[in-house]
Amino acid sequence: MMKVVRGFYAVAYSVKLCRPDVICAYPITPQSEIVENIAQMYANGELGNCEYITAESEFGAASILVGASATGARTYTATCSQGLILMSEVLWNAAGMRLPIVLTIANRSLSAPLSIWNDHQDSMAMRDAGIIQMYVENNQEVHDMMPQAFKIAENHKVMLPMMVCMDGYKLTHAYEPVDLLNQEMVDEFLPPYDPPVKMTTKDPYTFGSYATPASYMEFRAAVYNAMERSKKIIEDVYKEWAEVSGRNWGGHIVAENCEDADVCVMAMGSLVGLVREVVKELRGEGKKVGFIKIRTFRPFPAEEIAKAVDNCQKIIVFERSLSMGSDAPVTLDVKSAIHKKAIDVYSPVVGLGGRDVPHKLVKSTIEEVIENKAKPGTYFKGLKDYEEVIV
Amino acid sequence: MKITLGAVSRPLESLKIKTGDWGTEYPVIIEENCKGCGDCVVYCPDLCIELVEVGKDEKGKVRKVAKVNYDYCKGCGTCSVVCKHEAIKMEIKELYRG
Amino acid sequence: MTLFVAKKNGGVFILLEVRFHGRGGQGVVTSADVLAVAAFKEGFYTLSFPTFGAEKRGTPVASFLRISDKPVVLRDEIYEPDYVVILDPTVMESVNVVSGLKDGGFVVANYPREKELEDKLGVKVFAINATKLAMEYLGRPITNTVMVGAFAGITGIVKLDTLKETIMEWFSKKGEEIAKKNADLVENAYKTLEKRRDEVKKLGLKMPFEVKV
Repeated sequence: MMKVVRGFYAVAYSVKLCRPDVICAYPITPQSEIVENIAQMYANGELGNCEYITAESEFGAASILVGASATGARTYTATCSQGLILMSEVLWNAAGMRLPIVLTIANRSLSAPLSIWNDHQDSMAMRDAGIIQMYVENNQEVHDMMPQAFKIAENHKVMLPMMVCMDGYKLTHAYEPVDLLNQEMVDEFLPPYDPPVKMTTKDPYTFGSYATPASYMEFRAAVYNAMERSKKIIEDVYKEWAEVSGRNWGGHIVAENCEDADVCVMAMGSLVGLVREVVKELRGEGKKVGFIKIRTFRPFPAEEIAKAVDNCQKIIVFERSLSMGSDAPVTLDVKSAIHKKAIDVYSPVVGLGGRDVPHKLVKSTIEEVIENKAKPGTYFKGLKDYEEVIV
Repeated sequence: MKITLGAVSRPLESLKIKTGDWGTEYPVIIEENCKGCGDCVVYCPDLCIELVEVGKDEKGKVRKVAKVNYDYCKGCGTCSVVCKHEAIKMEIKELYRG
Repeated sequence: MTLFVAKKNGGVFILLEVRFHGRGGQGVVTSADVLAVAAFKEGFYTLSFPTFGAEKRGTPVASFLRISDKPVVLRDEIYEPDYVVILDPTVMESVNVVSGLKDGGFVVANYPREKELEDKLGVKVFAINATKLAMEYLGRPITNTVMVGAFAGITGIVKLDTLKETIMEWFSKKGEEIAKKNADLVENAYKTLEKRRDEVKKLGLKMPFEVKV
């Protein structure tokens, strides 16, 4: 049923249909309304036997979920920004313990200076933890992604936490029509969680036990290999979803008009709609431009990207985060994916800390590259001239 | 634009932002009712009420009454609620009266 | 006026962009949201989203509404609005509310004196004293329902019945009495401004969904 709803409701409603066993969260803007909506559903008795636990911090919330997940419960939380960073110690553990906790990240910038607005620096900081990461472009996609996330994370060949990243405010606070899923369909798509190992008080285990140099490396290699294996599983789940829901969001990437393109433009998250539209306009003006939406970020779809950009000379990656002292995170992966090809990569960094990315800026940024007016590498767009002074 | 190293700022920066135009209503002090008890001063969430001298009472003691700093008063009305002497009433701003 | 009609009349692509200005606590965000829901009921695709200065009562706030006969994909802020709705009569002191307003567009504002505001902003203004009406009906200076009604009334962007139904649903959580008061308030504002639709045409300004056949 199509209904105009807010982004956070689209998430909460979808999570409810996934029949989680334990939800534990700590509120942080702009994630708060997601868990507030879920708490409301819990209070209304709509969550069945699910336990909704309020924690004293994000660190506590993640820790409670690690415990719950180890007992074989389907577990969920949502957070962002400082909250995600506070969870990070626990989340690295969750990945190493192979616990399929599903998280929604309402992407928000990191301090300092304090900012509550959207960019991708929080989830990027968790890049190497062993958590599957995917980014959505609108609220229908995030609504559709929640059942898929559980199915991917809980697959026995994967068994890793998964983050579904949605842009804070731009998506969480946006009202737009969403075709709401129904319980029967989600039940059919997503079977109950069947944990390969679970502990009870009568049958206790230690999760993530001590490993000496004689075995630590093998455990880490196993996480790495599970992430590699997940590529195929994720793709299968995406495909299955397209079949059962009738909405095909594509694979790890969605490449459009790239076959004959000289310039391929990449974006991730809520910027996708605008960039795709601008690329279409430029196509209409006779420019040979293609567009790639990156959906899965970890594991990184290097082969798919290398294949899609095979015929182009230039790549533009719209970046929403920074890696201080190097190229921005998505660019690093893109460069590594195409390292044998002679392609210049341009990385305009835009919209940090919620700065709006207007249509005009996107268009002029792409045009500059087409007209050879930009230099390859990482640079800022929409940045004011500034002078740093001592107070 | 100028930014400071480390996003450091000095105290009282927020005084640059005059928030007096935010409210729909504003408090009016009825001086003859005011006993200068200072409850409103304590309760004002924006620290914009102070007691000021207005001369001496019949016994020759200094008399103080509440005074609102309208540059920052957001018109929340807390002062008029906590006042025990009916010395503060909220009035709607002229612009909204129509 | 519906998607169906637009398609029938040659499938003219509509993208309507409206910007709302006000202060936190007045319901600036809700205004755009209510219209997004109501316009969807009329068969359009919609998108509304806010931007805040700081999350507290009184600070200047803007929100954005896009209405289209295709799914809305643009999520940047609205720099060249077709219409501007102003919920607070003092917000224009600190924000350039008419920035980028398209030719033929106009402002619907909460202001007691229309001519005065027109002179100040230099564009056509349809004014309504929303604060006064809100105080009368609701006893609180929350102006969003008045302005939603006024904007829908002058532009015909949604029908009165659809809007009232949306308002009733929207405020249902707060109890029937409050919902009813808001619906009455919307009706009052809608009808007041609906009477002035002729002026829009006379002044050569544009209505939202005139379809060139």
